[in-house]
Amino acid sequence: MVDIPSSDSSSRLRGPQHLFDGLFRGATLFFGLFILLILGGVAVSLVVGSAEAFKTFGPSFLVTDTWNPATDKFGALVPIYGTLMTSLIAMVVGIPLSFGVAVFITELCPPLLKRPLSIAIELLAGIPSIIYGIWGLFVFAPFLQEHVQPFLIHTIGQVPVVGALFAGPPFGIGILTAGLILAIMVLPFISSIMRDVFETVPPMLRESAYGLGCTTWEVVWRVVLPYTKVGVVGGIMLGLGRAMGETMAVTFVIGNAHRITTSLMAPGTTISSALANEFTEASGETYQSSLIALGLILFVITFIVLAAAKYMLIRMQRQAGS
Amino acid sequence: MAKNLARYTRRRRKNWIILGLSLCATGIGLFFLGAILFALLTEGLAAIRPSLFTEMTPAPGSDGGLLNAIYGSAVMTLVGTVVGTPIGILVGTYVAEYSRGNKLGQSIQFINDVLLSAPSIIVGLFVYQLLVVPMGHFSGWAGSTTLAILVIPVVTRTTIDMLILVPNALREAAAALGTPKWKITVSVCYRAARQGMLTGIMLAVARISGETAPLLFTVLSNQFWSTDMNRPIANLPVVISNFALSPYPDWQRLAWGGALLITLTILTLNIAARTLASFGSAKQ
Repeated sequence: MVDIPSSDSSSRLRGPQHLFDGLFRGATLFFGLFILLILGGVAVSLVVGSAEAFKTFGPSFLVTDTWNPATDKFGALVPIYGTLMTSLIAMVVGIPLSFGVAVFITELCPPLLKRPLSIAIELLAGIPSIIYGIWGLFVFAPFLQEHVQPFLIHTIGQVPVVGALFAGPPFGIGILTAGLILAIMVLPFISSIMRDVFETVPPMLRESAYGLGCTTWEVVWRVVLPYTKVGVVGGIMLGLGRAMGETMAVTFVIGNAHRITTSLMAPGTTISSALANEFTEASGETYQSSLIALGLILFVITFIVLAAAKYMLIRMQRQAGS
Repeated sequence: MAKNLARYTRRRRKNWIILGLSLCATGIGLFFLGAILFALLTEGLAAIRPSLFTEMTPAPGSDGGLLNAIYGSAVMTLVGTVVGTPIGILVGTYVAEYSRGNKLGQSIQFINDVLLSAPSIIVGLFVYQLLVVPMGHFSGWAGSTTLAILVIPVVTRTTIDMLILVPNALREAAAALGTPKWKITVSVCYRAARQGMLTGIMLAVARISGETAPLLFTVLSNQFWSTDMNRPIANLPVVISNFALSPYPDWQRLAWGGALLITLTILTLNIAARTLASFGSAKQ
């Protein structure tokens, strides 16, 4: 595109306009750098805040499973495990669901319903985390406890090896419940990106495949998906990043128990729920610093996941543009 | 021939099964939206009474409302939006108008997009260390700062998207009249992109009005009426969270009432923003 130069480069303008132009450009640049500064500030503040914990416990902080405020011994293994496990469940359940929604909206839906349906699914993304939390605690968890978990325990729970994941009493709250709620929460994010990238497929490709006699599913699986795979993976990772950082919904339903159990139905904790629960009550420098160290770990993991997601989506955009 | 026909039938059957499953997936998504709204309405409507808007958060066992929390949330959301929006617009302007394609602009856009999805609880931790520790106490200002930081990426993102859609011919026409660049941006580009930018601001307000986690570390909450932004101030999300986790039925009922209030506000903002956006695109 043609770039219209600012007056500071043409230097034809005199007087106040010249000044305004410089000021305006300066202000936009200043706040542009301010964004970078915020991210840098977040990183620095977390590193400084967690220094005490890493000094006390060393790198073994990452792999220790004790969390004992009474003796001031802390390790991050249990919250890390909880974060990864709940996100994994969210992905296992959420990806097929989101894919189904995206396929339905792009391939099957009557054009008249397309917009209302997209908006309805996206409204799920608008509902704040805390609402999912109280709904999960008062409605969803009791439902799972009474109807779903006993069933799982009596069926899959009896199978050797895999059964260990579904053993134990039905608490209602726990890692499984948190993972399922996260699956519902990431659904709108993943499906709206999948829908957007599915729509970038040139009609020519679709039509050629249909012309060869492919069924709708074959077109989606063999033509649309291979063409959009970078974007689809990017969307999934964006959802993963969201799931790992989600706080209130998880805090309400995970049960906040600092231990690792093989059963998915047992209570656990995640990095974000540990922070939300304990931070304001943490007394003692080591305790608080350990919590900030958890925050740093979460920041690093989500930053990597989100940056990778963004990178893939940018690649997808270029591909669609060219 | 018969074999081919059998294969064709099988392919068709597979197609229908999978498309049926995709219909189910959409149904499941809509079902959960419905289930959440239904629970909010059945539990929350019982708590919507005039006293909800006129009385303070009560002690357990006595009657009360959420007036102080509603006020606190409104003020912090307002301050957060008023501070965050201009910053977001300026950042978006820099990326879209002054640095198209250059490295700095690209990195700002990239970092902004990461911030857009970054966990809000991390922002809360940052503001805690930045403001709460030096000041020595939780405060409404710290909460507003957190919310402002959360507003910026949303507004920046939509500003960039909208300014890029403004046809270049408009800029060139204005430049040909001798208009200085800042005036082109403000009077031509902003005006052309107004609708989209407004949508972005509304979505940002919707996002921060339900934000809870970062407020836990920055504002805490307050049982009483307080307008002092320098002190902990009551706010809806944290009150909902505390009351919902409490064992008292009347607190839990108020939590449902507050939850209904927040959700209705946010869904209204969301729908309004989307209608506005589609209205704008239909006109073009």
